This record gives sequence, structure tokens and C-alpha cells, in this order.
Amino acid sequence: MLITCPYCGPRDVIEFTYQGDGNRERPQPNSQDLDAWNAYVYDRLNPAGDHNEIWQHSGGCRTHLRMVRNTVTHEISSTGFARGDHNAVARHKEGGKS
Amino acid sequence: MAEYSALSLLTNALKGNQDWKPAWRKPEPKASYDVIIIGGGGHGLSTAYYLAKEHGITNVAVLEKGWLGSGNVGRNTTAVRSNYLLPSNTRFYEHSMKMWENLSHDLNYNVMFSQRGCLNLAHTPAQFDDYARRGNAMRHLGVDAELMSTAEIKRLVPALDVSASARFPIVGGLMQPRAGTARHDAVAWGYARGADRRGVDIVENCEVTGFLRDGDRITGVQTTRGEIRGKKVAVAVAGSTGRVMQLAGIDRMPIESHVLQAFVTESLKPFIDTVLTFGMGHFYMSQSDKGGLVYGGDIDGYNSYAQRGNLPIVDEVMSEMLALFPGLARVRMLRSWGGVCDMSMDGSPIITAGPLPGMYLNCGWCYGGFKATPASGWCFAYTIAKDEPHELNAPFTLDRFYRGLVIDDKGQGATPRLH
Repeated sequence: MLITCPYCGPRDVIEFTYQGDGNRERPQPNSQDLDAWNAYVYDRLNPAGDHNEIWQHSGGCRTHLRMVRNTVTHEISSTGFARGDHNAVARHKEGGKS
Repeated sequence: MAEYSALSLLTNALKGNQDWKPAWRKPEPKASYDVIIIGGGGHGLSTAYYLAKEHGITNVAVLEKGWLGSGNVGRNTTAVRSNYLLPSNTRFYEHSMKMWENLSHDLNYNVMFSQRGCLNLAHTPAQFDDYARRGNAMRHLGVDAELMSTAEIKRLVPALDVSASARFPIVGGLMQPRAGTARHDAVAWGYARGADRRGVDIVENCEVTGFLRDGDRITGVQTTRGEIRGKKVAVAVAGSTGRVMQLAGIDRMPIESHVLQAFVTESLKPFIDTVLTFGMGHFYMSQSDKGGLVYGGDIDGYNSYAQRGNLPIVDEVMSEMLALFPGLARVRMLRSWGGVCDMSMDGSPIITAGPLPGMYLNCGWCYGGFKATPASGWCFAYTIAKDEPHELNAPFTLDRFYRGLVIDDKGQGATPRLH
């Protein structure tokens, strides 16, 4: 499986670390909504087909990637930066450093 | 007279082998059943067998989308063991072990259960201490476990280099003498015949495409061979759990499907007569009765429903084998394949009534479902028949994740690829 890193180009899957289901919503850190935390920690969308997921180019530029990969054929239909996504956005909104 | 016996063998041989019956019928599905079991693998078939045998429920259909035993029951590396740390796992898998010890007799079908032992190698003093702890936990619950010194390991597996100059020097090991291997196809066929002879309909090439519902309640299934109604619908589909639960409108589960590869070499003379695991990586090996080395390692590590894996894991598994046995470098690998594992969030299974009324769920076997086949079916049948769990599967609920009652033997947290 080759993954196309936006910085490094097509690289072998062995350079990447799988971070899992990219559909999960992390609650705000001060959230006391137990159901939302439970869902974030334990529930996964586990489709047979296109799957939205997060990878990290840990053996390369260390960028976090958001990909759509087919779980039946292993075909990757899109790859991009994960930055600007929910977790990063949440931190920005909280007034953290950008 | 038992269907398979020395006498029946002799009688049939004299009559030109014309009286053997197929091990299971090929019935057309009926319009309705008391219990529908989705999934004709080891767990589904054993569930059907124990429903009929222990609870007298014989109006049962087992629906299999492919052919019987085409999934994980025929794709595993056949190891059977009960060397767990946590009490709920130990009790459950030890119950399974005791069932294995009588399984061939019970089924009147030789599953070739061979108690050749399972040896976990320790490569550091800390790992040896950890194995001592696990061994003590096992013995505390009446399971056999023995620590082995390097001298004893050398006698048991002469091909191992136990010297200090080995690539990963061996410090000792934890042995479960009653562990072993079984012929996995025979397990599927034996349960299938046992269930069939008690009246269960095993319907192959019958894929479930949807659920029939009355409000929330599940009342049957739509299949490629028509609608079938069932008072109770049980799901035992391992790696396809996500797929099937989505048909019931449940998108999110504490499960990820991952692919696990396995490998067989060409036949060798007797080389290793135990199940061996490597402590400096994830690698396990045994030798089949035909002489091939059967071995595997980690899952590929990302969601997959493909019954095939990628090359990096092949490379890693081979490296681990050669780290243990450099002398196997020129042995040729004959076959490799993949199976889809339903990795749960704590590494332990789910056997429960629900999550919808009329539905029963058996999943989350990670890559350890084969050894659980007898106890899984036995507990699942109990749960289906009585609408409450047996005390052995009571901890394996679906809601344990949300109630702080996870059973995480490895202490790895909710990262399925690491279990």
C-alpha cells in the first residue's frame, strides 16, 4: 500500500502510523457529557467500503493526514492534511496558540 | 451405534462405502424458525449444536453467506489455550479448554485435538517475572501453568538457541501443558454434522441483506434466498459484525475490523512439537501433522475487510521467525492468507442479548476466537435459550465499555490494533 503524503509524495505504508477512525468527535475538554466521551473513546464507524481515517507520517515528516481509504480494496481515494480538523479547530476556538 | 466408529468403518468398507451420508443436508430455508443464527462459522455452528443438544431447541437455521467454514474457522492458526491473566477471561477460556478435552468424543468426530502445550518465551528478566505473575494467576483459578528454565526449553525445543549469544537471548518461559492445537476444518464439520443430525437447517450461500422489524424488535432477516422469520435472531459473524449491524441500523460499535495474516511452510520432518510464542515481538508457531510450520504475527494494523494482507507484515513475521530460528531461512513458504478479525476495544469478546429486542450478539473475538469455539457456542446458546447470560459470559456485555467494566487483559486501552 502506497500513501501519498502531501509533503513527501508516494511513500510505503510502513512509514505511517494508523490513528484510526477519523469520524470521531472529541468533546470539549471541560465537557461533562459522559455519552459524548464514551462515544469518542469506544465507538467506531467500521464500514466495509470508503472509510475516513487519520494517519501520521511518523517515519517521515510527521504530518497528520486525513485519508479516505476503501477497507475492502485498500484503495486510497483522497489524502490531505488533518490540520484544521475538529481537534485543531477546537483548540483554536478555545483561544490557544495557533 | 455411533455414526462414525470402527464398526461403521468396517461395515461400510465391506459394502463398498455406499452407505455414508453427507455430513449435513442442503435444505431449502423454511419461512420461519425459532432461532436464526447468522454466520456458519465455528461459533455459529457450535451455538446451533448446543441450542439443540443442551436446550432442546431444534427449529434453528444457520445462515452462511458463502460455504460452511469459509471464514475464520478455516483461516486461523489452530492454537487452543487458556493462559489469560484476568479472572473473567481465564474462567471462560478454561471452560472452553475442558470442552475441547472431550470434544471429539462429544461430537463423534475426530477434531484431532492435540495437547502439545503452549510455551511463551521470555527474553528479559522483567518479562519472565510478568509470566510468573500470569502463571500464578492461572494456577490460582485451577489452570495448569509451569515456568520453564532455559535447560528445560532446550530439551523441549532442541532447534532453539538458548545461549546468551542468541539474537534475543531466552531467559525462560511459561508453559501451559494442556494447551495445543486442533484441526480447524474438522471442528466446523463436526459441529455442523452434530447440529444437522439434531434437526438444525444449515443454509449455505444465503447472505443476509437486511433485517425484518416490528418497531424496534427484530423479527427475521431478508436474505439472498428470500425472507426468513425468526423469533430470535443471533449474530455470530466475527469480522463482518460491522457490516451486519449496519443492516440493523447500528452504525457505531466498539469494534474495528482488521486483517490478520497466517502462513504455512513446506513440510518438514518433526521440528517443533509444541505451540511456541516469541516474546520480543508478536509471533507464534506450531507444526501441523502434515509437517508444515503454521505461523503468524500481528494484524496489519488498519481497518480492513479484505481477506488478504500487505507485504510489510509478511516481512516482519518472517524476520521474527528467523530471529528465533535462523536455520529456517531457506525453508520455503507455501501459502499465506488473511482473515478479518473483529477487534474489540478491550481485547475481550462480547456475548450478549441485544442490543435490539429479538437480537443476540456474539462478536469481538479479536484474533483469538478459534480456541473459544466450544465455550462461545455453549454460552451463546444458553443466553439465547434463557434470555439471560450464563455466569461465564455475564462479564462479556456490550455496555461494559460505557460502565467502566472493561476486561483488558493486555492493559492496552481502546486502541484495537494494539490488542
